[in-house]
Amino acid sequence: MVVKSPYTIKPLHGALLIVGGMALLAVILLPIWRIELDAAQYPEGLELLIYSYKLDGQVEIINGLNHYIGMKTLHADDFVEFTVLPYLVGLYGLAFILVGAVRRRGWLYVLFGAFVLFGVVAMADFWRWLYDYGHDLDPSAPIKVPGMSYQPPLIGFKQLLNFGAYSIPAIGGWIFIGCGAVLAYCVYVEWRMANKLKKS
Amino acid sequence: MLAVAAVSLSFNACKPKGAGSAVSGNAAERAYVPPGKYDEFYNFVSGGFSGQMSVYGLPSGRLFRVIPVFSVDPEKAWGFSEETKPMLMTSHGFVPWDDLHHIEASFTDGMPDGKWMFANSNNTPRLARIDLATHRTAEIIEIPNTGGNHCSPFTTENSEYVIAATRFSVPPDGPESDVPISSYKENFKGHISFVSVDKASGEFNIQFQLKTPGLNFDLSSAGKGVSNGWLFMSCYNSEQAHTLLEVSASKNDKDFVLAINWKKAEEYFKAGRGKKQAVRYAHNKYDEHKHSATSEIKTEVTVLDVADFQDLAYLIPCPKSPHGTDVSPTGEYIVSSGKLAALIPVFSFAKLQQAIADKDFESELYDGIPVVKYESALYGEVEKPGLGPLHTEFDDKGNAYTSFFVSSEIVKWNLEKLEVLDRQPTYYSVGHLMVAGGNAKKPYGKYLVAYNKITKDRFLPTGPELCHAAQLFDISGDKMELLLDFPTIGEPHYAQALPADMLMDKSVKIYDINANHHPFKANGEAEARVERHGNIVRVFMTTIRSHLTPDVIEGIKLGDEVHFHVTNLEQDWDMPHGFAIKGANNSELLIMPGETQTIKWVPDRVGIFPFYCTDFCSALHQEMSGYVRVSPKASNVALTSYTGEKQQN
Repeated sequence: MVVKSPYTIKPLHGALLIVGGMALLAVILLPIWRIELDAAQYPEGLELLIYSYKLDGQVEIINGLNHYIGMKTLHADDFVEFTVLPYLVGLYGLAFILVGAVRRRGWLYVLFGAFVLFGVVAMADFWRWLYDYGHDLDPSAPIKVPGMSYQPPLIGFKQLLNFGAYSIPAIGGWIFIGCGAVLAYCVYVEWRMANKLKKS
Repeated sequence: MLAVAAVSLSFNACKPKGAGSAVSGNAAERAYVPPGKYDEFYNFVSGGFSGQMSVYGLPSGRLFRVIPVFSVDPEKAWGFSEETKPMLMTSHGFVPWDDLHHIEASFTDGMPDGKWMFANSNNTPRLARIDLATHRTAEIIEIPNTGGNHCSPFTTENSEYVIAATRFSVPPDGPESDVPISSYKENFKGHISFVSVDKASGEFNIQFQLKTPGLNFDLSSAGKGVSNGWLFMSCYNSEQAHTLLEVSASKNDKDFVLAINWKKAEEYFKAGRGKKQAVRYAHNKYDEHKHSATSEIKTEVTVLDVADFQDLAYLIPCPKSPHGTDVSPTGEYIVSSGKLAALIPVFSFAKLQQAIADKDFESELYDGIPVVKYESALYGEVEKPGLGPLHTEFDDKGNAYTSFFVSSEIVKWNLEKLEVLDRQPTYYSVGHLMVAGGNAKKPYGKYLVAYNKITKDRFLPTGPELCHAAQLFDISGDKMELLLDFPTIGEPHYAQALPADMLMDKSVKIYDINANHHPFKANGEAEARVERHGNIVRVFMTTIRSHLTPDVIEGIKLGDEVHFHVTNLEQDWDMPHGFAIKGANNSELLIMPGETQTIKWVPDRVGIFPFYCTDFCSALHQEMSGYVRVSPKASNVALTSYTGEKQQN
């Protein structure tokens, strides 16, 4: 007999959140974002992978090329995010599992709010880095194109001189988005059920 | 008048048609590989007197690479860089040229395994091993007691051994070899070397040599399948002539095929039946991590005299100065091409074994070796095949293909029935031919390439010196169809074709800079520097797009010997850098990503010497240059170096 209470969420939703939380824990070890670069000289493409704790892919080759336009070289040490992000993602994973286990509707709403906030802040931070790298160019760079900046797109495709840059979520990013969708779905259904219960 | 014209016309009609063009309608389509598409086969082709090995694509005939082997190559600094000089060392010192004759793939169970190519040098007898992941020469070993290592580098079914053998018999190495040349019959000996190949590393080792009468060994083919454990070698000059061989070595109706039971020889060697002989030969190895070669002189070889053993070697009479001796895919047939003979004898391994068991020998031994009766070993003869047969290869359908130098043609015949099936002209005077996998247990078939000695009117003329050429035939149908002519480097003797997918994925792209253990590596620009040790100045230089570090060097003095140790810091595919400095008496360097290479430079005058990157590496390649200042011996200019104002030190 399922007890319908205004304070408890459905067991299915609890289970979904626990699965989502475990998936989020896996995100710590998976690439979250991917920037692919293509040029005539690189028919096989170059790839930059962003993890919660590191940069991977052909970072050295990309750094070697970027010196022509005066872009700063990419070093994981320059990003304070890489020391914080794994813990934050882990914290959210645990929060998902906790809310899924406790199944308190109020906690669900709080988690949703916090997760949306996290997503927005993370993307804004990512954009800020992209902007910074794309615009803060060494004035003594060998190649200077007046008015040209080299900010890769946050998501989607952009031509930067001879390189086409294509920015998309990687597996970890898709999991993150998936978790957000699951969370939103749970919130929506629970909110409607709660409203119905109130009315009845 | 009319009658005269008619007669002359009819005479003209009698005249056979010239070579002309024998290309079928869609040949272009079948040999055409569109831009950006890959060939079906790698074709490793010997460069003959160029001393090098070339890599072509089939069916396109496009040249991909020339691998320097036995000759120096200033383009690739082969034999010029300090690292590669030891590769060309011999007991005679540094030898900058040789005549690379044949190529054979490394085999596992009678099939090419894609690990290595072996090559022989004919002049200063050596064997080389080429690594098929790097397409570079990894090892060269000199062969003692040998003159003209022509009968080489043919390998056994699992490349247990690569064979080397003398084409010009000579007295064994050593002080006793100072003999009258006219004492040939008494003092001159043949030596057949069994050079083992380490399964994992590929490293050569001369296990033992077989001493034979003073014959000229021309070519060989190891048994496979049923005949695994045996080796067949053609010999000419059974007359044992030492002068005007053209005449005096062509007297006998029959010369020999020498059949060797090499498994037996190996047994005798392992049982300690050989005699140790003091010799001197060089063994050179290239270390891919130190990016450097070493050369070592070895001083001993074990020799077994075939005349001391009853069951080691047998001679089979073979018509007129045989050249190629080729074993069929099953191992049962041994095809030997008497280059002055009007037929091709095909010997049977089963009959040979029976003849040996029955002691079906000629009454007299030849210098201590039993001679099997011709008919007792013969499977049959191909009648009137053509003129001047040289080499035979096989397809996957039971057919053999023989090249004819004198009649300038390729003849296809059935191995079992000994019937000629087709003949196609070559332009001109084909020497070797190659069927894809044609020396393996299961030939790939499909393509045959003829390697021609004379090209005369085939290409745009280039003065008195003309290219040799390859001709590609499609042999998938009943008739051989000519698809393509393409010029080759040097003189193409033998070749090997390997399926593209056997090699392309394992091709090395870069050298891992962290695995670079070169003693003079500069591990990053921070380590780039200049050091003086007496009059030796070492420049630890780095290259990365698009600068050399250091690019300003002062304090070099006349009398100094400057070693530029250039490390390419790139870790990106197809990103070599070059290095050259004005007045260098050697060559440029081409440094692959992650590699360190050294060029020695002895300045001959005071002044400013520019150096630069020779391989157009990047958009700012032209800027990739620097200067060395050379001062008089007594000057007190301090040794300094830097790149860019920020890094000045």
